Amino acid sequence: MTTLLQTSPTDHAGQPTTKAQLVVIGNGMAGVRAIEEILSRNGRESFDITVFGDEPYGNYNRILLSNVLAGSDDTAEIYLNPIDWYTDNDVDLRAGVRVVRIDRFARVVQADDGTAMRYDRLIIATGSRSFFPPMDGMWADDKTLTSGVFGFRSLDDCAAMIDYAAGKSKAVIIGGGLLGLEAARGLQSRGLTVDVVHATPTLMNAQLDDAAGAILRRSVENIGITVHTEKRTTRVLSDGGSITGIAFADGTEVDCDMLVVSAGIRPNVGLAQRAGLTVERAIVVDDHMRSIDDDDIYVVGECAQHRGQVYGLVAPLWEQAAVLADHLTGTDNRAAYHGSRMATKLKVAGVDVAAMGLKAPEREDDEFVQFSEPRHGIYKTIVVRDGKLVGATLVGDVSKVAFLMQAFDRGLPLPEERIALMFDIGTPPAEVGAAELSDDAQVCNCNGVSKATLVACVQGGERSVAGVMAATRAGKGCGSCKTLVAQIVDWAAGGAVEDDPTANWYVPGVPYAKPELMRLIRELELHSVSSVFAALAVDGREDAASKMGLASLLQMMWADEFVDERDARFVNDRVHANIQRDGTFSVVPQMKGGVTSSAQLRTIADVADKYAVPMIKLTGGQRIDLLGVRKEDLPAVWADLGMPSGFAYGKSFRTVKTCVGADFCRFGVGDSTALGIAIEERFQGIAGPGKMKLAVTGCPRNCAEALCKDLGVVAVDGGRWEIYVGGAAGAHIRKGDLLATVDDPQDVIVLTGRFLQYYRENANWLERTYAWVPRFGIDRIRAVVVDDSEGIADRLDQDMQKAVAAYRDPWKDGAEPVTPGQFRTSLPLTVLPQVPVR
Amino acid sequence: MTAHVVGTVEEIPIGEGRAFAVDGTQVAVYRLRDGSLRALAAVCPHKGGPLADGLMDGRVVVCPLHGHTYDLVTGTELGGSDAVCAYTATVAEDGTILVEGRADG
Repeated sequence: MTTLLQTSPTDHAGQPTTKAQLVVIGNGMAGVRAIEEILSRNGRESFDITVFGDEPYGNYNRILLSNVLAGSDDTAEIYLNPIDWYTDNDVDLRAGVRVVRIDRFARVVQADDGTAMRYDRLIIATGSRSFFPPMDGMWADDKTLTSGVFGFRSLDDCAAMIDYAAGKSKAVIIGGGLLGLEAARGLQSRGLTVDVVHATPTLMNAQLDDAAGAILRRSVENIGITVHTEKRTTRVLSDGGSITGIAFADGTEVDCDMLVVSAGIRPNVGLAQRAGLTVERAIVVDDHMRSIDDDDIYVVGECAQHRGQVYGLVAPLWEQAAVLADHLTGTDNRAAYHGSRMATKLKVAGVDVAAMGLKAPEREDDEFVQFSEPRHGIYKTIVVRDGKLVGATLVGDVSKVAFLMQAFDRGLPLPEERIALMFDIGTPPAEVGAAELSDDAQVCNCNGVSKATLVACVQGGERSVAGVMAATRAGKGCGSCKTLVAQIVDWAAGGAVEDDPTANWYVPGVPYAKPELMRLIRELELHSVSSVFAALAVDGREDAASKMGLASLLQMMWADEFVDERDARFVNDRVHANIQRDGTFSVVPQMKGGVTSSAQLRTIADVADKYAVPMIKLTGGQRIDLLGVRKEDLPAVWADLGMPSGFAYGKSFRTVKTCVGADFCRFGVGDSTALGIAIEERFQGIAGPGKMKLAVTGCPRNCAEALCKDLGVVAVDGGRWEIYVGGAAGAHIRKGDLLATVDDPQDVIVLTGRFLQYYRENANWLERTYAWVPRFGIDRIRAVVVDDSEGIADRLDQDMQKAVAAYRDPWKDGAEPVTPGQFRTSLPLTVLPQVPVR
Repeated sequence: MTAHVVGTVEEIPIGEGRAFAVDGTQVAVYRLRDGSLRALAAVCPHKGGPLADGLMDGRVVVCPLHGHTYDLVTGTELGGSDAVCAYTATVAEDGTILVEGRADG
């Protein structure tokens, strides 16, 4: 046979082109994806492209073959690139033509139709084929399977199975992996009874651990598929050339009139091997996706082996194709593939399955979270290493998969409560994936900042979380969206977020974390905010945003030795009231435990009348709030009330909410009211890094809602008291953790003081207990506070006692202002109040 | 605006601001820790917050309502929101404070 060597293609005018010749062997998903990537980089200007495919079709989506088998997709629906696409893009498709030889020295490929074609660059994308384990009777001859035996790999396999299945009643699938289970489901939906035979104990053992495999097995069996595990098939039984059953190594047999072998795949590497390229498990490539032996030959997809890995999933293939195209076209000569993290989400036999990374912990300090609910077919595991997600398996419920895949890919920060990775448990929406949020989704609900605004800010060049927050005000309200903002910034920056050095500082203007800052303050004996700036801030520069946090810290550390510079206080702390939106203030007198009297109520009513208070409101903490009081009226209001401050304004101990307890309630088992009053009496006005809201409730009915307080006490029968810490029901919802159960109310007071002192010393500025307790860990806190594991309990008690002793009712300022004009109006020409008067 | 005497420097504690009515407008005058004075319009353009009540340092004042942050010299808002009018405030030898409109504003 004479072959005409095709070279130097001509253009339409018959002139030779100067383009290089690119030949692609393999018209599957990898080969065509590579071509698409090359075309998108203007590859048409540099290359004439020819693609050989031994299947007589355009490129189709092999992943959807199981849908075709099941009848849910028509063959026409799974084409990715129909024949027209090749013509439109000037790609010369040789469909149904198999390349049989690569001559690397002549740079020619030879095909089974006699074609010999020169190449300047070659892409091998030959994919893989079904693996047929050796079994007696499987083959009719060297090339032909016994009638009724099928592989499940190509559109032709699929069509043949569909034809053959008509009128048949029983099929066996060998191989309980992903593809085998898909084939089983497909044939079942065509009316056949189906058995699955698997050699190992666990279905889908490449992706799933034993427990997950067992749950998947239950689900598969529930839809009527029989599963045989640990069975090795040794013989195909036939009669008259057609299959009648199979026999296992243990001698048992299963009748069937159809057999699908789905026992794995093998890369198609014969061509490369014969061309002298290095082949191990597949064709070995470098980081540019080139054969390590030949700079002009690229390899992509399931026939490529990169750093010892062969990938059979579609996502790595996309990544490989992009790198290949970057390099081949010269768009980016340094483009490199670094391997892919294996993550997959699929529906197998009607069951949702997602798997990524490790199946199980490997190191001693890997965290492993496992949830199993076999009756509902739900199984989940999470493997965390050094705070990063390194593995996850989800069976039956994959609702959290989007966030998990992102966290896995990008090493996103994880919620402290790992369980939130598996379920929505009413924690803040931090686990909502940044990618899955729609652009117009409002991220910061306080300042109305959308995802699109954040993304635009990042695209505008801002690369730090703090910078984006400052520019957009996202996260500058209640702060509950900060985690999500950080995730979106990270996502938008493609992981290239600049570390924000200030993130670990206690306050933004002094470059130290809290422990180091406290040590320096103690060593240098800095008693005032201005002295801290002078000694420790960069260039000794004061910083408005740092003042309040420093004042709180110094007050906690020095108690009565704190030098209280009023300019370091927020206005609320300067005038001991909470500023309202029109510049008026709210006044909440102390009302310990929420208990009041007729005399107190009369006084409050009189004051409200006298000062035309626009609104009187009961607070969530069981206090009475007089809203809309002018600043200049505050001293007179306090004097007329004659009651101490209720501290409803500072980052401080706020209230102890109580129920009526054993004295009145017929269910009460403890005197919650008395204990609540005693706690408030002792800890009133104590400053801290965040608000401290407490409750004491007289029985487990929990009318005072003690389980969602910074510290909540619950009386239980037998004269005992449970102490919960780290609860919240504001911007965040969290049930407190049980710190201790004690017999004596006095012990409750001691542990409360010790816990609050430990919190004050260790929490970051504005970090409430609901964040601090899980961050520090309830076990560690319990060890220190209850069991005195560090031997600091006495010292904590003493420091708290010092703070208690330094208490002074701030409303006494009213009689004698501390600074000139302390209560002078700040809006002299504005008629206040501007809030509505009720 | 011509120069107005608005009060004496003793009326303003160090490191804080106090508001004054000047020629029909409200002006917040700040006394820095270095003894110098700054002056801005007293009403935050965002939601009307009282800027004299804000925390400040040598460069900026932070509105107590929503944290908008204004440069004490120029009146510009650091996040790019609307600026406030800036004034020049000086203290005379007898301690009286003079406030006048800025030549450039």
